[in-house]
Amino acid sequence: MSEATEARTPEERTPEASVPAPAEPGRGQNLLREIMGGSLVISVLAVLIALVVGAVLIAVTDPAVQQASGYFFARPSDTFQAIWNAVGGAYTSLFQGAIYNTGKTDFASGIQPLMNTLSAATPLIFGGLGIALAFRIGLFNIGGQGQILIAGAFAGWVAWSFPMPFPLGLIVAVLAGIVGGAVWAGIVGWLKARTGAHEVIVTIMLNYVAFELISFLLRTPGALQAPGTNNPKSPAIPAAAQLPGLFGVRYTVTWAFVLAVAAAFAYWWLMSRSSLGFRFRAVGENPSAARTAGIGVERMYVYGMAIAGGFVGLAGVNQVLAAAPGGFSSGFDAGLGFDAITVALLGRSRPAGVFAAGLLFGALKSGGYLMQAANDVPVDIVLIVQSIIVLFIAAPPLVRAIFRLPTPGTAPKARRRPAVKEAHGQ
Amino acid sequence: MTAATETPHLPDPSPIVLEKVEVRSWKVPIALSVFALGAVVLFIAFARSGHTTFRFTQSVDAIKLPDLTVPSAPVSIALAIVAVLMAAASWWYVAARGRVPGWFAAVFAVVFLVGFLDWAAEGDRPLPFTSLLLGAVTLSVPLVFGALGGVIGERAGVVNVAIEGQLLAGAFCSALVASSTGSMTAGLVAAAAAGVLVAFILAAFAIKYLVDQVIVGVVINVLVTGLTNFGYSKVLAADPEHLNRRMTLPDLPIPGLAQIPVIGPVLFDHSIIVYIAYVAVAAVWYGLFHTRWGLRVRAVGEHPQAADTVGINVNGTRFWNVSLAGAVAGLGGAFFTLGSVGIFTKEMTAGQGYIALAAVIFGRWDPIRATLAALLFGFASNLQNTLGIIGSPVPSEFLLMLPYLVTIFAVAGLVGKSRAPAADGVPYVKG
Repeated sequence: MSEATEARTPEERTPEASVPAPAEPGRGQNLLREIMGGSLVISVLAVLIALVVGAVLIAVTDPAVQQASGYFFARPSDTFQAIWNAVGGAYTSLFQGAIYNTGKTDFASGIQPLMNTLSAATPLIFGGLGIALAFRIGLFNIGGQGQILIAGAFAGWVAWSFPMPFPLGLIVAVLAGIVGGAVWAGIVGWLKARTGAHEVIVTIMLNYVAFELISFLLRTPGALQAPGTNNPKSPAIPAAAQLPGLFGVRYTVTWAFVLAVAAAFAYWWLMSRSSLGFRFRAVGENPSAARTAGIGVERMYVYGMAIAGGFVGLAGVNQVLAAAPGGFSSGFDAGLGFDAITVALLGRSRPAGVFAAGLLFGALKSGGYLMQAANDVPVDIVLIVQSIIVLFIAAPPLVRAIFRLPTPGTAPKARRRPAVKEAHGQ
Repeated sequence: MTAATETPHLPDPSPIVLEKVEVRSWKVPIALSVFALGAVVLFIAFARSGHTTFRFTQSVDAIKLPDLTVPSAPVSIALAIVAVLMAAASWWYVAARGRVPGWFAAVFAVVFLVGFLDWAAEGDRPLPFTSLLLGAVTLSVPLVFGALGGVIGERAGVVNVAIEGQLLAGAFCSALVASSTGSMTAGLVAAAAAGVLVAFILAAFAIKYLVDQVIVGVVINVLVTGLTNFGYSKVLAADPEHLNRRMTLPDLPIPGLAQIPVIGPVLFDHSIIVYIAYVAVAAVWYGLFHTRWGLRVRAVGEHPQAADTVGINVNGTRFWNVSLAGAVAGLGGAFFTLGSVGIFTKEMTAGQGYIALAAVIFGRWDPIRATLAALLFGFASNLQNTLGIIGSPVPSEFLLMLPYLVTIFAVAGLVGKSRAPAADGVPYVKG
């Protein structure tokens, strides 16, 4: 396992070279092939497949459908009607819970679901950027949960321990959170650089360590526990350190969303414009070549993990300073660490892609709750849809095979190009 | 390990590069010194004044052993001193001979552990030694199954992060099928089948579509979590009269062996699934290292091109062995339901699959060592349970943290020289 990430890079290059050069087809046809087989179409189709699978699950488990299918051969139309009602109803709720509630009369309340989507998307974008950054260096950061927990605890602790006036207290708390996430992830990079410990294992282990650590601190008076209580819960965040609402208190979306936009730009600048980002990408593409070119690969692992942890840490900051400022308990990461991996994969580790993927999964999340309440479809279906999207995104040849799409860069009926490159999120 | 990571394995045109055999590694002495320091701080600086009682017999046992009561402080202080001396000796070993022998580290671990138990269990209530070990075996059973699944998959060259998903799918399907058919055998078969189904997804995406195996594994875990949660809410919880009834496998004490004090109840008084685990460990070990099947599995995991050249179907071998690994891990999932609590609850595997993965790596991709690692992790979490009951000065969270910290230690230092199968995680493209 330890050589998985490193050894893959040269391996994935070889098969491409062996694909015979295609005969030159017409130019317009070629362009069409590129678009139809390209990543955007694949992404859209992957979402489509996932929604179809979700629809099948909704239909199969719907009581009305089960009842109607009992006399399917007597009156099949009833079954189809029931399926339509179940699936249509559920997906209508999904839309109304995620984008715009058509049931409301005025725009201000109708748009509320979209605002919920934005606030649900915010931590996903932060986390996704962090995971994506590690991907680009060839590192697989499964430690989102731990980084979020530590970062959130740092931010919260600083916020209530050092009361400061409004903008200053907030800024210091946010920075503390970034530092917390960076330190926790930096340990991983340092261990990998110094000892060669595989980052997948270390990040998984540090997730549990962080969880137990935070649980312990939350029930220890004088640490993170709110004074005067026996509950394993932290004090409330002072108003001066909370991230204020972006459009007033009516909507859940806060300035954290603006911060997420800024983070996406920062990621873009770091990876595409800075020399550090160049070195990161060089290490990610081929560590041996990067070392030959004089790049300190080990150092890049440490820096890369620390910066990735800083981005992921912002998700923890969002949870503590914006999502639940009344105080947190040990599960406040809410599975965001793993969600962020799917966001980074769907976004192909590009800033705009991660941003869009975060919005999509945020929409699924916020719509899922309405679907559960209104149509009795468990919110867990969002997990299913989300993971199927990522599975299919990672395997473009499979999507192409299902929809009989052409493979870009090849003539018709030429050999399929292996999908490793796309799968790696490059 | 660092040296190995720099050189990609497969496209390497140069002849075999011999590695330096005599590498003087100071990692073990450093690690032992850290533990010895911990022992000094805990056992001497925070010495406990009372007595510690070890109880070796349960009330139901036929042969009774007397309790052992020792004064806490002198024993733990003496053991702390022994630990310090052994740590010093390990420095000498490295300086003089280049490496610390394995038995030395093992003895050190026992010394530290006994000292720790003596220190932590001080008080009027006896430390139930037998049930401590019994619980360790019980808790490690799913880890053993998961780790075996991981070992088979990774030896064949496919990283199996989906152990968690296979355990969870096995737990769900065993509860569903056992309660709907009334047959627990059917439940066990269903668990293995569920594991195979999950493995099919992993194999298809990893082998056919060449998707990064760690990514597929993580995503499959999310998918199975979603599917089982969904199924629990819409299927199991919807019909509590018939589905997900409490069913547990009966204990089958082995005549004769089960009467041995301490060892008997710990090892030979379990349900069938635990005995299956024993057999599976032996079978996987024998199979991997002493049969044609094992040679082929290891060949496609170490050097797929060479295996292909001699006529082994690399991707076919990988596919079927990943499926086999899924069956083993899925069977482990049945332990959560039929083997212990009897019913399925949401996300009941609670990350055990990831710990099994850690056991695979801690156990250096070897079935026996991985099983020992699983037992160690089971022991650590049961130690937390036991000390929680009799009351101890160590916060339970730190004991729960222990397996994870040990794993980090292991991958960073103690097993630093161990290597994954060379083609582990690398898809094979013919040509």
